Amino acid sequence: MSVLARAGTDEIAALLTNVPALPAHVRLRGPEAGLVMLRGRAGGAGAAFNLGEMTVTRCTVRIADGQVGHAYVAGRDAMQAELAALLDAALQDPARHDALQAAVIAPLAARQLAARDAAARRAAATRVEFFTMATMRTTE
Amino acid sequence: MAYVAVKGGERAIDNAHAWLAEARRGDTSVAEIGTAQIAGQLGRAVDRVMTEGSLYDRELAALAIKQAQGDLIEAAFLLRAYRTTLPRFAHAAPVDTAAMQIRRRISAVYKDLPGGQVLGPTYDYTHRLLDFSLLGEAVPPPAPEAPAAAANMPRVTDILAHEGLIEADGAGGKEPGDITREPLSFPAERDVRLQSIARGDEGFLLALGYSTQRGWGGSHPFVGEIRAGDVSVEITPPELGFAIDIADVTLTECQMVTQFKGSKTVPPQFTRGYGLAFGHADRRAMAMALVDRAMRAEELGEEVTAPAQNVEFVLYHCDNIEATGFVEHLKLPHYVDFQSELETIRRMRAEAREDAA
Repeated sequence: MSVLARAGTDEIAALLTNVPALPAHVRLRGPEAGLVMLRGRAGGAGAAFNLGEMTVTRCTVRIADGQVGHAYVAGRDAMQAELAALLDAALQDPARHDALQAAVIAPLAARQLAARDAAARRAAATRVEFFTMATMRTTE
Repeated sequence: MAYVAVKGGERAIDNAHAWLAEARRGDTSVAEIGTAQIAGQLGRAVDRVMTEGSLYDRELAALAIKQAQGDLIEAAFLLRAYRTTLPRFAHAAPVDTAAMQIRRRISAVYKDLPGGQVLGPTYDYTHRLLDFSLLGEAVPPPAPEAPAAAANMPRVTDILAHEGLIEADGAGGKEPGDITREPLSFPAERDVRLQSIARGDEGFLLALGYSTQRGWGGSHPFVGEIRAGDVSVEITPPELGFAIDIADVTLTECQMVTQFKGSKTVPPQFTRGYGLAFGHADRRAMAMALVDRAMRAEELGEEVTAPAQNVEFVLYHCDNIEATGFVEHLKLPHYVDFQSELETIRRMRAEAREDAA
């Protein structure tokens, strides 16, 4: 779910061309846009406070075999939420799980990890390497 | 007669808005700006509009900036208005900034701290000289990379806490107040104060924070730490019954550390002010932390003498949407009010003349 929530509709749709078509589904709820209130903690670890809201789209679907899938994704992309809910349902089907996991979820997770790693490497390149001012210390 | 005036006003308003739309678009021989360009290339403006509009959505903030011709307070107003049209699904678990995927992390109090000083994509140490090469278009070379150790990045305040030299964060647990649901009332607890200033006007917070440095409620502050990066957002939808991770949001956190003489019950130690903002926003997070600390004066037994320490003053005036509404409403017709003022002035002058005679 966390992988699909971070993946764009086009990205998911492109990977779905590598697997058999997803089963038919009916929408049980949504897709509908709403808000989630984000919270922080005073001082980082103290009492919670409300920081501000973010947009979220949610969707619940049922596929032909009866599995119910849920999705909550950041932003207002109804297609992404529906697709994520549909995949959540299809992943619960043992006959489809492994193929979807390998062809859709794993590549998305790998891309997201690679993006995080790239940001971490850029941050690492901006780490300050202090050196001691030896001349100032020794000329007493 | 009133009817005629209303009709005339409507046409004038429609025409004014049509002109506004044309002025907003500007010279049509120049390419129209896209919201993806604003979101991607005017990121700090987007961060500010999201924070003051109190809605994390880069695309909508970019749209609001485009619609408002770059007037950031107007754009924040648009976001605030939009959020009232949506239902609230849930509140997230408090973000864990200790687990942030760090892009920037600096401390002005410890040189060598675990995880090190990471500058990130900062304007600090630039020379503030206009870069004329940006008048043209060019793709910058990729930023250098270095091996990233899975370094532990403890908060600096946690390091100080090990020595017992800094006040603890205090217990959580209580459901925080929410100024979007209940009107502000006083005395305001710290949760409500933090929510208010988190979406307060950056200029107002900056000026107040500055005033505390210049002696108006002085408290010699240090930047214990500023960190910026992504944190994950976790909610527990009732239909699932377990926590799910739904997004990453970019936040900037500032921990200000201030000396405290101690009191009858508390030994001398460092006290803290806290700032947290959407996006990359050092200045804003720092100003918020200074004002948060200043508003704790009464709690810490300090004398309340300066504007920044006056909780009612700060909270009633920090919101630029409310402020702009009340200031700008003065533009609306006040014909009847003013007519009565005119009558009053005329009468007073007449009375003064009679008394003099």
